[in-house]
Amino acid sequence: MSLTRRELIEKATKFILLTPAAAAALEALDSGSIDTMPDKYKQAEHWWAMTIDVEKCIGCGACVQACAKENQVPDGHYRTWVERYVIDGYGDEQPEVDSPDGGMHGFPDKNRPGAKTFFVPKLCNHCATSPCVQVCPVGATFESPDGVVLVDESYCLGCRYCVQACPYGCRYIHPEKQTVDKCTLCYHRITKGLTTACCEVCPTQARVLADLKNPNDPVHEFLRNNAVQVLKPHMATHSKVYYRNLDGAVR
Amino acid sequence: MRWFRDAGHLGRVALLLLLGVGLFVVARHFAVPRGFGQYGHYRGPVLKEIRAHPVSYAGREVCEGCHSDVAEKLAGGRHKTVGCESCHGAQAAHANSDDPGAHKPPLPNALALCARCHQQNHSKPKNFPQVDAMEHSGGEKCTSCHNPHQPKPGA
Amino acid sequence: MQSLIHGVQGFMYPNEVELQWSVLIVLYPFITGLVAGAFILASLERVFKVQAVKPTYRLALLTALAFLLVAPLPLQLHLGHPERSFEMYLTPHTSSAMAMFGFVYLWYLLVVLLLEIWLDYRADIVRLASSTRGWRRWVYRALTLGSSNVSERALRIDERAGYIITLIGIPSAFLLHGYVGFIFGSVKANPWWSTPMMPIVFLFSAMVSGIAVVMLLYMALVKLRGVRIDVPCVDTIAKYLFYTFLIDFSLEMVDLLHRIYEADESFKTLDFMVQTRLYASQVVLQILLGTCLPLALLAVTQIFRLREGARIALYWIAGSLTLIGIFAMRWNVVIGGQLFSKSFLGYTTYKLDFITREGLVPAILLTLLPFAILWVLVKLLPPWLADEVKA
Ligand code: HEC
Ligand code: HEC
Ligand code: HEC
Ligand code: HEC
Repeated sequence: MSLTRRELIEKATKFILLTPAAAAALEALDSGSIDTMPDKYKQAEHWWAMTIDVEKCIGCGACVQACAKENQVPDGHYRTWVERYVIDGYGDEQPEVDSPDGGMHGFPDKNRPGAKTFFVPKLCNHCATSPCVQVCPVGATFESPDGVVLVDESYCLGCRYCVQACPYGCRYIHPEKQTVDKCTLCYHRITKGLTTACCEVCPTQARVLADLKNPNDPVHEFLRNNAVQVLKPHMATHSKVYYRNLDGAVR
Repeated sequence: MRWFRDAGHLGRVALLLLLGVGLFVVARHFAVPRGFGQYGHYRGPVLKEIRAHPVSYAGREVCEGCHSDVAEKLAGGRHKTVGCESCHGAQAAHANSDDPGAHKPPLPNALALCARCHQQNHSKPKNFPQVDAMEHSGGEKCTSCHNPHQPKPGA
Repeated sequence: MQSLIHGVQGFMYPNEVELQWSVLIVLYPFITGLVAGAFILASLERVFKVQAVKPTYRLALLTALAFLLVAPLPLQLHLGHPERSFEMYLTPHTSSAMAMFGFVYLWYLLVVLLLEIWLDYRADIVRLASSTRGWRRWVYRALTLGSSNVSERALRIDERAGYIITLIGIPSAFLLHGYVGFIFGSVKANPWWSTPMMPIVFLFSAMVSGIAVVMLLYMALVKLRGVRIDVPCVDTIAKYLFYTFLIDFSLEMVDLLHRIYEADESFKTLDFMVQTRLYASQVVLQILLGTCLPLALLAVTQIFRLREGARIALYWIAGSLTLIGIFAMRWNVVIGGQLFSKSFLGYTTYKLDFITREGLVPAILLTLLPFAILWVLVKLLPPWLADEVKA
């Protein structure tokens, strides 16, 4: 067996840096065995987004639970969460907002006669020009070719600059991994033809996964027929989570 | 000539710096992870790694393949928009196994389950059917009057 | 509505409750600021030929080096994966302000500071390489890089090269610290940080703190070594301190007025924060004790004819207060920028740990470390002039 120098260095690096198990996993990756299913998924044919109809959200928190279960989200951190707004007046009054445990266990009733009140689900906006991707010093967070903002947890330094740069509070540091963590739009699901865990369990279809490059996706109808808004449009992040019936007080 | 001799020590510094830069360029060449820059400024293989994450929620269509009776019922009532796993929890282990009967899911606790969506709450959309669970049921199980898969009483 | 859970008042996005950047990230701009400021003071002598500050020229360079060596440590200690930091050199993301740190840092350390110090000390190094014994001799020998040419011509060339490097060094120092300001000023999601004034304010406050620290170090070392203090020298430094501080203060006030007048969507939230959670550190410590008081004291030394002893005493007080004030400013920028929710609906609290990785003890150690390094550097490369007089 003859090795080129490069191979030799790579082998040595693997040997020194990786535990045998991790090295084995890497070998498996190289030979493509993770991808045993025939890969029908073509990144270039998709551009993922989500639509949220605020008027349909019942604040059950099923999405928050399902997300935590599907993605092993650590306690006290949220890839998606639900906020409750209670707006008393439209003068100087600040809206009253809460999100106990991210809304995971629903909301105790709050009866404020005369007030306007509703739930707003939140998640990573998978911005097309993401401030978080812009500031990552090493390329550990990035926009995938199909429009999903993802994190390479084996490459992230844990510098937290992206957490500071996200205007929506969607990122956190994973307490065990010490790397940044966030919504992946269930990339492992949507690339298999499934919907995201949160959309799968949403009982009223308040949140619906959308593929903007698919001409048959109902999202086009939705965007055409409704007044839609994104969060903090003045940030010019080109968010791809489109809200219908979003109140101006929501931030 | 004399100038060159008297500036010789600067040459040594320059050489040292160049050596450093050269070492850096060589080291970098070997140390940059494979596949970096394949699609953009990140490790290309990471996309596959993320896709390899296991699925916990099988998805409604999978359930319907085996439980067509329930599916039909569900589709005919007002719970039609509610996914199976919204009530039954993550069931990929059951649905995708070779022997689903061996991973039989426990049946949900109806009272807590129904109340979660239907308990009265002023922030819920006005047209969403809501009840004060205790008052409405009198403590009886919701399922004794409602079929969870077709909740209209008497349906 | 103002419920207090985990020090949270009002509403924070659930992931925001925990602060991301700790006291270590406060230290980082503070320390780099001292580097840039000390270097700029040294350049004054070199480029603008201000002879009066000559006694502090070498000291300022060594101070800059000592602090520069420590500057990346708080960053490194704060990373979730310090062992991966080399990735910044492997695959720097050109759109990220932070990615450039590694390169700006190396440039400044290797091309500017080390080179300038080396050129300036070369004659001494060559002399020491033959006059010392034992391991020190080997150190100096290595430092000569095998060249013992200290002919008049060679030294003239050094002088010339040093001048050019200082010329490159001034914009580099501006770059180093203006860039640290940019790291914060370019975060558009955070209205407390996001202002084009940030790099400029950081730069001037850096100069202020650097000048103050060199002035204090000089006065302290003179005392310790029992030599006569060069009064015109400290007078000149104090004058520069006063003027740069005035500019710095005006810039900060311009920024403040601008914010108050514009009163954009974030204003009420930030205003409330300054009135409550940041009151002690911003209004009292930074503005009153750390800026107005030292400015007033320095003004007194400039306006009235005071006795030498009184002036020096005032310099001591004003210099120390200045350093406290600039540190408070870094604190208020870094910590203050994380105390409010980006929803503008609530506030959280920063709990300073004690001996954890990002706690108070490491922070204190990191603050002391540059002084230890400086002590070694001063022993190795004495910065004193030949014409000093014993007190
Ligand atoms: C491959 C066929 C198959 C699929 C797919 C499948 N199941 Fe089942 N399921 C079964 C079988 C077989 C049983 C066992 C029936 C029994 O033992 O009475 C069962 C039992 C159940 C039971 C318990 C019934 C009881 O009486 O206790 C529930 C609930 C259930 N399935 C829900 C689901 C859900 C939700 C899904 C979709 C995620 C699903 N199943 C997908 C085959 C399937
Ligand atoms: C609104 C919540 C809800 C939804 C949606 C729902 N289930 Fe159920 N399901 C229940 C509850 C509650 C029970 C237990 C009934 C009981 O205790 O008698 C049950 C029982 C079952 C059972 C065993 C008893 C039976 O009726 O056969 C199966 C199998 C089942 N569900 C499958 C499904 C499948 C498949 C879907 C999706 C097509 C689905 N369920 C959707 C709430 C739901
Ligand atoms: C995950 C949320 C969810 C759960 C859990 C849930 N439901 Fe529903 N329920 C809905 C939705 C959504 C509708 C349809 C509302 C609409 O059409 O506007 C609905 C409608 C109903 C209706 C109105 C039917 C009609 O025709 O008037 C009844 C009754 C009902 N549910 C009872 C129940 C009972 C009983 C349970 C517990 C077994 C239950 N629901 C659990 C979401 C849920
Ligand atoms: C004693 C039988 C009984 C029990 C037990 C019962 N319900 Fe009902 N429920 C009914 C009847 C009957 C209706 C239809 C009333 C109507 O149409 O006015 C109804 C209607 C509803 C509706 C629709 C209300 C609307 O505004 O359309 C909901 C939601 C509901 N029930 C939820 C529940 C829940 C949740 C439970 C368990 C906590 C439960 N029910 C237990 C008999 C029952």
